[in-house]
Amino acid sequence: MANASAAKPGFWGWINKRLPVENFVREQLLEYYAPKNFNIWYFFGSLALLVLVIQLLSGIYLTMFYKVGEATSFDSVEYIMREVDYGWLIRYLHSTGASAFFVVVYLHMYRGLMYGSYKAPRELLWLFGMFIYVALMAEAFMGYVLPWGNMSYWGAQVIINLFGTVPVVGGGLVEWIRGDYAIADATLNRFFSLHVAALPLAIILLVALHLVALRQVGSNNPDGVEIKDSKGPDGKPLDGIPFHPYYTVKDVVGVGVFLIVFCIVVFFVPTLNGLFLEHANFEPANPISTPADIAPSWYFTPYYAILRSVPDQKYGALLMLLSIVAWFFVPWLDRSPVRSIRYRGWICRLALAVFTVSFLVLMYCGLKPAQEPFVTIARIATVGYFAFFVLMYWYTKWDRPRPVPARVSYHHD
Amino acid sequence: MSDAGVADEGGLDNSRRKFLTIAASATAGVGVVLTAVPFVASWAPSERTRAAGAPTEVDLSKLAPGQMVTVIWRKQPVYVVHRPQEAVAKLAAHDGSLKDPQSESSDQPAYAKNEMRSVRPELLVLIGTCTHLGCLPKQRFEPGGYADLSPDWPGGFYCPCHGSRFDLAGRVFAGSPASVNLRVPPYSVEGSTLYIGKEPASTGAA
Amino acid sequence: MTKRCVFVLGLVLAGAAPAAEQTAPAAAAAPAAAAATPVAGGKAEANAGGERLEWEAWRAQNDTSNVASLQQGARNFMNYCVTCHSLKYMRYSRMASDLHISTEQLQQNLMPIEARPSDYITTSLNAKDAVAWFGKEPPDLSLMARARGVDYLYRFLKTFYTEPGNAAASYNLAFETEAKVHATVAMPAVLSDLSGVQTPVYDDKHEFVRFESTPGRMKPAEYDAFVRDTVNFLDYVSEPAQVDRRSIGIWTVLFLLVFTWIAYLLKQEYWKDVH
Repeated sequence: MANASAAKPGFWGWINKRLPVENFVREQLLEYYAPKNFNIWYFFGSLALLVLVIQLLSGIYLTMFYKVGEATSFDSVEYIMREVDYGWLIRYLHSTGASAFFVVVYLHMYRGLMYGSYKAPRELLWLFGMFIYVALMAEAFMGYVLPWGNMSYWGAQVIINLFGTVPVVGGGLVEWIRGDYAIADATLNRFFSLHVAALPLAIILLVALHLVALRQVGSNNPDGVEIKDSKGPDGKPLDGIPFHPYYTVKDVVGVGVFLIVFCIVVFFVPTLNGLFLEHANFEPANPISTPADIAPSWYFTPYYAILRSVPDQKYGALLMLLSIVAWFFVPWLDRSPVRSIRYRGWICRLALAVFTVSFLVLMYCGLKPAQEPFVTIARIATVGYFAFFVLMYWYTKWDRPRPVPARVSYHHD
Repeated sequence: MSDAGVADEGGLDNSRRKFLTIAASATAGVGVVLTAVPFVASWAPSERTRAAGAPTEVDLSKLAPGQMVTVIWRKQPVYVVHRPQEAVAKLAAHDGSLKDPQSESSDQPAYAKNEMRSVRPELLVLIGTCTHLGCLPKQRFEPGGYADLSPDWPGGFYCPCHGSRFDLAGRVFAGSPASVNLRVPPYSVEGSTLYIGKEPASTGAA
Repeated sequence: MTKRCVFVLGLVLAGAAPAAEQTAPAAAAAPAAAAATPVAGGKAEANAGGERLEWEAWRAQNDTSNVASLQQGARNFMNYCVTCHSLKYMRYSRMASDLHISTEQLQQNLMPIEARPSDYITTSLNAKDAVAWFGKEPPDLSLMARARGVDYLYRFLKTFYTEPGNAAASYNLAFETEAKVHATVAMPAVLSDLSGVQTPVYDDKHEFVRFESTPGRMKPAEYDAFVRDTVNFLDYVSEPAQVDRRSIGIWTVLFLLVFTWIAYLLKQEYWKDVH
């Protein structure tokens, strides 16, 4: 095969002899068979890749004009917004892209929960995804500090202080992270380096590993049926279709719809009433004036609500850490013989529903001030959130699944 | 069916497919180009740069005959010289020893493409950067002998880096490493103020 | 079918976006005549009798594409506000260009003598004096409309009051409600010669009912227009690109709608093969 493409005359023959371009295209696109029953939940992987590209492109351009430094960061962002031609657009692409990334990634993760995409042999795929998620949260946190607005400063203050709850080394750890006795220029500068260089490289590497792992085991599907179990006489899965042209063409539609919503936000409601660009961040960082309600960006608020549910800072931080770590264990907590929620019984469906409601309620409560009734509601939702993970080991075994078909169910649109 | 790619069901299907593929690709291509516009445009000098590049003002009433002042315009040195009348009158005399006496290949505004390379005889405005490799030429305005110049030196500029010589209109002498006359920036005079970087109103430019 | 649902979702969001913006501190694209006119809900007059003045419901409802209003607002700012407040991210020339003000008009009416058009708009009040006279430095107002919202600014400029018998102390109802503390505000009621001096009227439970005002140089409707124009101007200053942003946005979304429709047809065409 390789020789055939290399033996071609001309430019591409020369290239293919030295770099397996044609082989790569053939194997990864033309001969990669994906299940034909992908539904709307299967758009978010390719959309996540698109948002990554948007963030990299807009981020690289922002770095051309942004001047990191306590005295210059805030002013340089206004310089970009007002004096660089189309600087405002590049900035809004990046700020909207950050939120869009989490919308897409949360929906992508939820698809995994629904259809059991983390079950064997896809555990490593799931773990890479979890590492991407954690890296993304770190990247977003550091990126938010860079404009050096008042919420940047105080958000950094609160979150970095959490590291002080680590036993024994906590105090020194906080000072080591900050590089100073308070959030200062040193902190800003190192966050800039991590946000612009280190974490994007890590994320790109993890995404590559994630994709390689996916290609290795093949995609799951909404029915949770392994399409490689039913092959035709030509050795191709009966329920599979080549990724190109079918899913390339379908993903383009997904991209189009996504960009419409994305651009409506970018061009008409870029601040989204304070949800995507907080009001307090339009004031420069002020170490002696705390904003009325410090809240992290919406995509962190579920974990923030869990943190605030516990009156003790140390245990609250621990619980928050566990709430993120819990995701990593799902492939081993889930003992159901059946992958997809479509064929699971009422216990698993109830559990997923409880999780969904809890997560959304926690997100909402985290945006609100730490007062009643939100404190109590958040506590109840925390219980619901953890019940989903902790009890999974047992309720997935007790659950009575329905018989799983051998072939996927596909209805022509 | 394992073979999802169905055989051609007639020319109609395939041509519609082809048409739609071309339409989608063309639209996508247009979209990519339009998306590139703001990114490419962002590299243009920003408003801050444009403001800093605004015309530089020089008060000519303070400049005595034979005196030169160096100012900055768009981050470049600009020489502003009050030439004595006698020196201007003698500019044509050494045309023979110049590489480009009519300023055919040098960079100056249309209103400075004349013998004296200026809008008025007593004023000389030049970008103070040698057209050889960019050093700042030194002023040698007095005619006559300097240690490093010949005795019939008519007065002008001498570049210390590689020895290029220019006359009092910024024109390069034969035998210099530089081959192009010194550049003249756009400028205009209003009253006794020189505005470097501002075109004269009569040419129509702001 | 799910594609159609997603399409509809997108269109619903497109319709919802302007609605979302109405509640946002960002400028709402409200109908506006040549100059800002008072709208119901932003009553400038104090209510007669015991009816409570619902000042918390006041909305700025400004239109940043109304150039006449912005010009008036710019003039208001330069005449009254710039003595203490800077707009340090805005250049005179940028303001003139966006508001269609000629250089001569700019230099005669809106700029100090020693400034150049490309300069940023600064205030002549120095920080040390400000702290000595007012207790704190008057904040730069370039981003105030985005930080606090146009509705807050509108209410702020209209709810200055003094307590009866203590004319020197400056209070502000909007400021107090936001800060949740009854205290003086550092800014004196500098516009009170235009609006008149307001004193509050309380009911038996010492709750605010309405203001009583001495006559100012402007009639209430005039002062209301003055404030609306100024707030509109501050909204523009906080994001000069916003009018461009919206107009480019319309074309972008239209283009994407066309592209997505073509892509959808292409997808349908290929997926005929799949059974």
